[in-house]
Amino acid sequence: MLEVRLYVLQRLTAAIMAPMVIVHLATILYATRAELTAASILARVQSSPWLVVFYTAFVVMVAIHAPLGLRKILIEWGRLRMSAANMISLVLFVVFLGMGLRGVWALTGGAG
Amino acid sequence: METLTIKIWRGADTGSFQTFSVPKRENQTILDVVTEIQQRQDQSISYRFACRVGVCGSCAMTVNGKPRWTCRTHIGALKSSVITIEPLKNMPRIKDLVADMSGFFDKWGQAGNDFNSDKTRHDAPVQIDPESKQRKAANAAIECINCGVCYAACDVVRWNDDYLGPAALNRAWSLVNDVRHNRKQDTIAAAMGAGGCGNCHSQGNCMTACPIGLSPTRSIAGLKQMSLMSLMGKRDA
Repeated sequence: MLEVRLYVLQRLTAAIMAPMVIVHLATILYATRAELTAASILARVQSSPWLVVFYTAFVVMVAIHAPLGLRKILIEWGRLRMSAANMISLVLFVVFLGMGLRGVWALTGGAG
Repeated sequence: METLTIKIWRGADTGSFQTFSVPKRENQTILDVVTEIQQRQDQSISYRFACRVGVCGSCAMTVNGKPRWTCRTHIGALKSSVITIEPLKNMPRIKDLVADMSGFFDKWGQAGNDFNSDKTRHDAPVQIDPESKQRKAANAAIECINCGVCYAACDVVRWNDDYLGPAALNRAWSLVNDVRHNRKQDTIAAAMGAGGCGNCHSQGNCMTACPIGLSPTRSIAGLKQMSLMSLMGKRDA
């Protein structure tokens, strides 16, 4: 059952991320029409709580999706045993989630 | 007379190709060529065959890099007068053209592929509507004769030792669509386990290589769908 759950999780997060990637890219294209400085990015993000919610969700999706893909690559191309690949993926999940949320937190000005 | 250059694998997992020269004939299969070499040039060559007419599935080998039934591969179809013949890939090599298929058959069992019924000869035969959805799904997969060609063609089998492979999962698909089978949930559970259908990348090598045009890819897609339904609690998906 674990395999099927992980299988579903990976597909589900992919389906959710597909429109999010478009929003992300569109925002970048739109934003670069104005000046592109750290200050302007921070001002824009901090003025919109929706962007914080959006990127928090995005980070969570990436943290779930990417390690699951890497897990399969480690098994199929890296010839790792499943238990080893599971452990590495779990660590990557924690690292990606931590780094991502730390980044979002910094965007809100939380990290000073 | 025109001749063919035939390179045949000699040895086990380590070995080398031995080159033979065979007269080209008007009507000649790869199996004919191997047999001619074994009977007239080198009797020490080991290879497998039984029916010679595409029924038994025992003569499958790698011909010019692709898995094929040698009895159904006409020399003319290869469009080359240099032909390399090796055992099937993704299996240990025993000797010359003979591969060890025990792993392939073990996985067949691991995919939950034992038919189970509590009916006896005293019970009336089950009536199955040939037009029913399940019967049609089983029909599409049921002609597999375990030749191992799809297993040899599959990249995921090569990459992942635990992967059950297209033939075993194709069999599981025909079994879960068999209304007489008692252990449908066991078969689904085995087919969606660690080495199961979720590993398939839908590359379709199995479907392309299958000598009788079956599509294990479609069967595996059916199993994926069924495993999702099963996860959501719909038992008879």
